[in-house]
Amino acid sequence: MPTANDHAAAPPPGTTAVLVLADGTVIWGRGLGASGSAVGEVCFNTSMTGYQEILTDPSYAGQIISFTFPHIGNVGANPEDVETTTPAARGLVLRADITQPANWRATRHLDDWLKANDLVGIAGIDTRRLTRRIRDGGAPSGVVAHDPGGRFDLAALQRQAQDWPGLAGMDLAIEVTRRQTETWDQTRWMPSDGYGRLEAPKFRVVAIDYGAKRNILRCLASAGCTVTVVPATATVEDVMRHDPHGVFLSNGPGDPAATGRYAVPVVRDLVATGIPVFGICLGHQILSLALGARTEKMHQGHRGANHPVKDLATGRVEITSQNHGFVVVPESLPPMVEPTHVSLFDGTNEGIRMKDRPVFSVQYHPEASPGPMDSHYLFSRFIALMEAAGQG
Amino acid sequence: MPKRTDIESICIIGAGPIIIGQACEFDYSGAQACKALKEEGYRVILVNSNPATIMTDPQLADSTYIEPITPDVVARILEQERPDVLLPTMGGQTALNTAMTLDTPEPTGEESVLQRLGIELIGARREVIAKAEDRLLFREAMDAIGLSSPKSRLVHTVDEAVDALDHIGLPAIIRPSFTLGGTGGGIAYNRQEYEEIVRGGLRASPVREVLVEESVLGWKEYEMEVVRDCADNCIIVCSIENVDPMGVHTGDSITVAPALTLTDKEYQVMRNASIAVLREIGVDTGGSNVQFAVDPATGRLVIIEMNPRVSRSSALASKATGFPIAKVAARLAVGYTLDELDNDITRITPASFEPTIDYVVTKIPRFTFEKFAGAEPLLTTSMKSVGEAMSIGRSFQESVQKALRSMETGLTGFNEIEIPGLNPDAEMPVEPDTVRAALARPTPERLLVVAQAIRLGLSLDDIHAVTRYDHWFLAQIAELVEAEETVRRTGLPADPNGWSRLKRMGFSDARLAELAGFEEEAVAAERRAQGVTPVYKRIDTCAAEFPSPTPYMYSAYEDLDGECESDPTDRAKVVILGGGPNRIGQGIEFDYCCVHAAYALAEAGFETIMVNCNPETVSTDYDTSHRLYFEPLTAEDVIELIRAEQRRGDLKGVIVQFGGQTPLKLAEQIEAAGIPILGTPRDAIDLAEDRERFRTLLQDIGLRQPASGIARSVEEAEAIAGTVGYPVLMRPSYVLGGRAMEIVHDVEGLRRYIGHAVRVSGRNPVLIDRYLQDAIEVDVDAVADGRDVHVAGIMEHIEEAGIHSGDSACTLPPYSLAEGVQEEIVRQTTLLAQALGVIGLMNVQFAVKSGEVYILEVNPRASRTVPFVAKATGTPIAKIAARIMAGERLADFQLNGRAPAHTAVKEAVFPFARFPGVDTLLGPEMKSTGEVMGLDQDFGRAFAKAQLGAGVSLPESGTVFVSVRDRDKAMFVDMARRLLDMGFGLLATSGTADYLEGQGLAVGRVNKVLEGKPDVVDAMIDGEVKLVFNTTEGAQAIVDSRSLRRAALVNNIPYYTTVAGARAAVEAIAAIKAGRLEVAPLQSYLRRVF
Repeated sequence: MPTANDHAAAPPPGTTAVLVLADGTVIWGRGLGASGSAVGEVCFNTSMTGYQEILTDPSYAGQIISFTFPHIGNVGANPEDVETTTPAARGLVLRADITQPANWRATRHLDDWLKANDLVGIAGIDTRRLTRRIRDGGAPSGVVAHDPGGRFDLAALQRQAQDWPGLAGMDLAIEVTRRQTETWDQTRWMPSDGYGRLEAPKFRVVAIDYGAKRNILRCLASAGCTVTVVPATATVEDVMRHDPHGVFLSNGPGDPAATGRYAVPVVRDLVATGIPVFGICLGHQILSLALGARTEKMHQGHRGANHPVKDLATGRVEITSQNHGFVVVPESLPPMVEPTHVSLFDGTNEGIRMKDRPVFSVQYHPEASPGPMDSHYLFSRFIALMEAAGQG
Repeated sequence: MPKRTDIESICIIGAGPIIIGQACEFDYSGAQACKALKEEGYRVILVNSNPATIMTDPQLADSTYIEPITPDVVARILEQERPDVLLPTMGGQTALNTAMTLDTPEPTGEESVLQRLGIELIGARREVIAKAEDRLLFREAMDAIGLSSPKSRLVHTVDEAVDALDHIGLPAIIRPSFTLGGTGGGIAYNRQEYEEIVRGGLRASPVREVLVEESVLGWKEYEMEVVRDCADNCIIVCSIENVDPMGVHTGDSITVAPALTLTDKEYQVMRNASIAVLREIGVDTGGSNVQFAVDPATGRLVIIEMNPRVSRSSALASKATGFPIAKVAARLAVGYTLDELDNDITRITPASFEPTIDYVVTKIPRFTFEKFAGAEPLLTTSMKSVGEAMSIGRSFQESVQKALRSMETGLTGFNEIEIPGLNPDAEMPVEPDTVRAALARPTPERLLVVAQAIRLGLSLDDIHAVTRYDHWFLAQIAELVEAEETVRRTGLPADPNGWSRLKRMGFSDARLAELAGFEEEAVAAERRAQGVTPVYKRIDTCAAEFPSPTPYMYSAYEDLDGECESDPTDRAKVVILGGGPNRIGQGIEFDYCCVHAAYALAEAGFETIMVNCNPETVSTDYDTSHRLYFEPLTAEDVIELIRAEQRRGDLKGVIVQFGGQTPLKLAEQIEAAGIPILGTPRDAIDLAEDRERFRTLLQDIGLRQPASGIARSVEEAEAIAGTVGYPVLMRPSYVLGGRAMEIVHDVEGLRRYIGHAVRVSGRNPVLIDRYLQDAIEVDVDAVADGRDVHVAGIMEHIEEAGIHSGDSACTLPPYSLAEGVQEEIVRQTTLLAQALGVIGLMNVQFAVKSGEVYILEVNPRASRTVPFVAKATGTPIAKIAARIMAGERLADFQLNGRAPAHTAVKEAVFPFARFPGVDTLLGPEMKSTGEVMGLDQDFGRAFAKAQLGAGVSLPESGTVFVSVRDRDKAMFVDMARRLLDMGFGLLATSGTADYLEGQGLAVGRVNKVLEGKPDVVDAMIDGEVKLVFNTTEGAQAIVDSRSLRRAALVNNIPYYTTVAGARAAVEAIAAIKAGRLEVAPLQSYLRRVF
């Protein structure tokens, strides 16, 4: 790929955006969404549907998402398909320009929605080439800049990319978590009625919000739980004050080790109470850390909706939605913890459980949104643990 | 679970002949299944009557039965082979229906054939097939899992159907039970149509049952390709969205993959529903296809149907994603689970995942309405397409434009099209209602009409309102039309960025040349001068998440710094050009040849590079060649990829003579680009096809052809016909499959023909040959190396000369040609091959009249009969030819010219049932879609098997109707006597009856249709007549006997319209009556196995 030096400062005609990587690679394109620039780790996502859910997934904080599917925006944007109010992703990279929306649920053009959400993007680049580069060289730091006038200071953009510290060691949960405790009772989307409300709650669950996707909360509500969502920094007392039947540890962005500095002690104490605990994604990593395991940064991460995961207990394969750049090192798991799920793509750990306590977690996203719903059974498993604990 | 060890042998049923709705996709899936199961160490027994398939190559299965696929014959094979299990999901509806019958207990209560023999069905059990195929059971199953279906009712009589109207309303869809590709179904907009279609549907259904259904016309249509294993792991391999909404059979619809206009929420609802359907229907292992309709206004989802087997769509999904559904399904059927199987493409991930793609795939069906005079080119719920092309691009626009130029219909993109009723020179704005009326007709060209409507200024809303094409697709097409306008106005782009933009939108150089008013070559040169060339991306199942060592590629234009992944090797390589979409005249036979070329050249140590755009084929399996380019077969696309390959290694050359007319047409441009062509020099083709040059050549070497001439005007034609003498055979130059060829009996016919043919062939002249009446036509395939010639097979046609060779039954070895005549044919073939300088394959058609041999036609290339000859003789001539083209000598192969001791008969299969109102009479224009082979020790039995394989069940008793023209009457006497001796009754029209009675034969009499009721057609409908022999001559007699042929077709009564055909039928009946037909594997007939 060309470097900043090759390209002096003269973009090709019609260029209104540029992606500059820390190593000086310059990729010209056409601007999307908001003007301005955004810095972050450039990652790719292989989902063919669900771009709006992906862009609003808080776990993408600090990241610029390159979509491998060329047509993004064809179904426009709507107010339902969001996982949080304010997208946490920094920016987006597309192969094709965004088209007019074509879907009965679309309420606006994706480009308008991007502008309204202050997301910067670039289109018209060979995203497959970028994917291969990330696959072979790891996820780089980069800056995406959009200027309708086509003026860019490439050297400054490269410096900005180089100066960005990277996700390792970065606590981003603190930036995307709720500031205040809130109660959640919206249930899952149904084709005929859209979202519903929980009518007959059976369990109280406290969810610690490290950057929770709404659909996790909706799945819990649909399973019969009134969910109290507390900030990432909540203490054991903050959690136990709500007298929960179970505690849920949410997904979220950034390096689990960094977030773990304040979250791990809380989770360790919660586990010690014997209460059922269920974690997803960052929640899985923090739980693992709390149980004494290690996490590490992955080469390119798992981001897509087609990842096969094997449930080691049943031998069943589920197709899962994934979004993580860090992973639990299975060798570091203590003896009372066993791996329960494994990625069939690369053999990495995808889930654990404690042998002696009602505590389990998965690395992937059983709530889907976007992605297949094969793993919804995990919410039932959590309910079963709470039921069993109640009887005990 | 690992594979089952309790089974040792597996029987696979193929799909039989190529017919509409069941094409070579089942060769692709069946061949994959055979290979996979053999690799697993099972003994594989294959039944398939279609000799043109790769799967019936003798090394693909342990025991290959080229026998008719009927329950009786398959039962005999099962008795003989005693396999442990039967896999019925690889051979389309044919295999499924046959397996159902074999697993159904006898009406007497006796156990079914499979029960009796202790054979288990794997892949789909009987209950599963019944639940998926029986409309009522299916509907109940869907209700049980909460999936809504269109309102519907099952009826068994027209009266019941009329009652049902209150419930479902009009328009209504009529779907007969247990028929293929929607045969006999349709859409009724009024009561009269409704009753008519119901009546036809009841007849078409083997169980006399149709489903009448609420119309969801205009709804969006989707398909999901699902795979499930015995551990209940389910994956979606691919989603497919139909651009043509509900109302057009999905096989006839333009489709894209993946679905482009669904949000994730809606997609997941459909995904869940698809998996629920498989679970509820009980498909334990294998691939299935589930179809949905979605109301575009509300998103309401209804299920349409499911197929518990691999299908055309699963072949498409396999090619679109790189996930080999059939291969995986075969392994799942023997007990593996998805996670135990590798993803072949990445080789480092398992098969238990869902492919994700980073491109757009478009499929466009190919039609041949022009072959069937009287058939209206309208698309309905009954499938009519005979093939399809698939294309891959990095955007929808690139993909759809590549698909259009892959069609082999002369399109270079969204070419302008005439709107019926619209004066093309009319001032704008045009009358929008005329355009709307054109848009409302679901014709094969509707996509082009849409583009034309945009050009004519109709709004996208207007177009949507009529066509129900999704706004998204319309907006994409509108952008293309706009870009075309700019090129038309301002000419070609001035800079690389402008070029890149147009090429990214998928515009071909040829289309840009038309728009800007240049020659294609000039446009290509300018583009290359600007440095704009395609890159090649890999189809890798995973959107580049994992490295792919499998070079399965497509071209795309990226921005100027796009990345090319072709990564050519440093090997010696050969490029093989395939045949493009199947159509009548160019089908699976040519794909067979291309595949054999790939196999042979790999054996000879070359790297093989396949280029084709037909998703149904074995050639486009990434396993067939070393490298595969899924590309349109146009000069631009082919030359660009060859240039990419030439960057490294040593390109030995390109094979253009195996893929039919498609690659041949490119030869000139390829050669002009400085790329070597292997085998027979290109000029030999011109020499053989240029009438005048060819005539001179024949004179030089002392061979004869029927008197002939070339006419460029009506006057010339009349003069020539007068000289050579009527009847004459007329045709335009440069055609395949006898397109527009006709036998003309008098000057009036000639005048009528000229008006028609000149329009067909443009500037090309018309060829006029003397038609040799009652001559025997002979087809010969030979292979030559420029010096030596091997005559591989002499095939005697059953139908006389004048019937297109592709439509005629033929036998190898000949059954009536004298030894001396055969020797003369060998001599002439050898002379011809040497004179033309053939290096590779050559096909010659001869006519033999009164012992004299005439040359009708020579084609120095692979012919339609190559696979038949190879199967019948055991000599792999396509493979040998490919190796000779790459430099080996014929002598290296030590062939002997001996004819086999057994007899092989080829019979053609026709799609007339799909085209109501079309005459079934055969002529010089090819109409058949496929073929079967009958193989046995003598002609009678082999012919009987060929008939049975083609769906013609010869009677062993009953009445035979005979009505023959005067000059045939004498020849029928012996046949009539033999039939009487075998216990048949005879029924004849007055002239024939008089004659036969005069010969002392007992004959009943019946009226001709024109003579008043009750007539012969009544006798046929009433089931009295079991067999029809009817020869006619002259335009009037042909028209008069048309209702008779139609009645035979509709009532499935065997009928023969030539003396030779009738004689063969009598032989066959005698053979059947002499003892039941025995079955034997191909391997037992062949001296050498290839």
